[in-house]
Amino acid sequence: MLAHLGRRFAGLLLVLFIVAALVFFLTRLAPGDPAALMLGDQATAEDIAKLRTAYGLDKPLVVQFVLWLKEVASGNLGHSIFLQRPVTQALLERAEPTFFLALFSLAIATAIGVPAGIASAVWRGRPIDQAVSGLAMLAANIPSFWLGLIFIQLFAVKLGWFPVAGYGSPEAGLAERLQHLLLPSAVLGVVNSALITRFTRASMLDILSADFLRTARAKGLSERRVLLEHAFRNILVPVITVLGLTLALLIGGAIVTETVFGLPGIGNLVVSAVLRRDYPVIQGALLAVAAIYVLINLLIDLIYTLVDPRVRY
Amino acid sequence: MNSPVLAFCRSLFRRKLVLVATLVLLIAFVLAVFAPWLSPFDPGAMRVVRRLRPPGEVNWFGTDELGRDIFSRVVWGARASLGIGFSVVVISITLGAALGLVAGYFKRLDGPIMRLVDALMSLPDILLAIFLVAVLGASAGNVVLALSIVYTPRVVRVIRASTLVVREMPFVESARSIGASTARILSIHLLPNIASPVLVQATFIFAYAVLAETGLSFLGAGVPPEVPTWGTMIASGQQFADDAFWLVAFPGLAIVFVALSLQIVGDGLRDMLDPRLRKAL
Repeated sequence: MLAHLGRRFAGLLLVLFIVAALVFFLTRLAPGDPAALMLGDQATAEDIAKLRTAYGLDKPLVVQFVLWLKEVASGNLGHSIFLQRPVTQALLERAEPTFFLALFSLAIATAIGVPAGIASAVWRGRPIDQAVSGLAMLAANIPSFWLGLIFIQLFAVKLGWFPVAGYGSPEAGLAERLQHLLLPSAVLGVVNSALITRFTRASMLDILSADFLRTARAKGLSERRVLLEHAFRNILVPVITVLGLTLALLIGGAIVTETVFGLPGIGNLVVSAVLRRDYPVIQGALLAVAAIYVLINLLIDLIYTLVDPRVRY
Repeated sequence: MNSPVLAFCRSLFRRKLVLVATLVLLIAFVLAVFAPWLSPFDPGAMRVVRRLRPPGEVNWFGTDELGRDIFSRVVWGARASLGIGFSVVVISITLGAALGLVAGYFKRLDGPIMRLVDALMSLPDILLAIFLVAVLGASAGNVVLALSIVYTPRVVRVIRASTLVVREMPFVESARSIGASTARILSIHLLPNIASPVLVQATFIFAYAVLAETGLSFLGAGVPPEVPTWGTMIASGQQFADDAFWLVAFPGLAIVFVALSLQIVGDGLRDMLDPRLRKAL
């Protein structure tokens, strides 16, 4: 188990190293001198030269990369001139809306996807199955920003049930802030429920023909107990996999959704950083997101051993 | 007409939904290719007196904030959006098939290629895409390049997995034993046998690419706003959405119809080409 964890962790670090290298060198390929970009149009050649030395931009690229990696390894993702603060701080300040958005969306997607998938497998081929499969297909192919605009029009502008956009005033309490997250979470939840539905349905169909279910029925258990206790427990591993996968997808989905709803999250931070070419923020955010992604995948593997005693490393 | 193709189509279209989806795609492609002849108005022609008109007899889908005809812009948008999607499919499938074959066939190159794939896939599609567009510069060509880089790793994974299976088959061994060169084995013996997962992936990537292009344009990190794509239309229309929802409704519906149809055709192809999956999904 420990040896397996060690190997997985080494692999994870390798992937992150490659991401870091890709992000670093691709950024340097971009047209324009980063120092000149940071200082804007008014900068003199002397200012630019000074900044280049201060940030080590005059050193060879490989040396710059090693120096940057050293900083990253000690938790320092660099400094954003535009935001006047360290990138790590900027990311942490913006983490709350993104974290809750991802969490709520996952909850909504699960609440839709798992029951719908099970129902659709149990009543396979019936109208409910066709309806569920059709809706799941539709949900997977609606752009989230478009669904967001529709939801805003319908539930916020016309019906007035939710705030239109934003994250409340700065001094708003947690409850008010969370209220702003309900509509965006519904959008992301609906869009991402599709994958969970299809996966749950497929795993349930696989298990429904298993011998142990026939045994359970033969010994007189109610259909409810057969499905919920015997069948459901056996689809936990694939379902957890798809939940983890969905959580990772939600990070990407959050970028677009935050922009539609004007939520001051990490997605919004990245988009504005891209639009004004704030490279330290872009690099830091990409690396942080990749790290979260590989950690989620590692966690999923660990959860397997908890829910399925047959899985041993 | 050669009969295997005919038989293939007949069995594919046995499902009505797949037939309908194919027709939708066909219409979209015809609109895209013949946009200059089929759109009733010039998509860029501004008539401020006719601004923000709701859908009606003259302007079927209404007009936008500058009085431009939305139907014509949706038709021209098909040209841009489908053109970008199609180019992404061609590039990522070609690149992905080559890398996947190499990774699956040459054990020594498997590690490095797959680690690169893992790294690229550890970033959300849209995040990687906006980063690449930011680095490369915003233009239609660079959006194609960025999205191709985003979707190539998926193809590599699928092709590599199929290659690993096929390379162990007796006919590959016999080809090698009669002295076939590696290039010949890869192109004549392996490639045709992994064609069906490639075809299925191609339709899915087409759908993803159309959706991602609109997402990028919406974020302002894609095609320049003066080019009418479905994404730029929604992005520029959203501020008028309160009073003139048709500005965002029609391009959005176009995206949904096309993406959904691609997905349905992809599912149909997969079900037909891979009988093992037929029961599951």
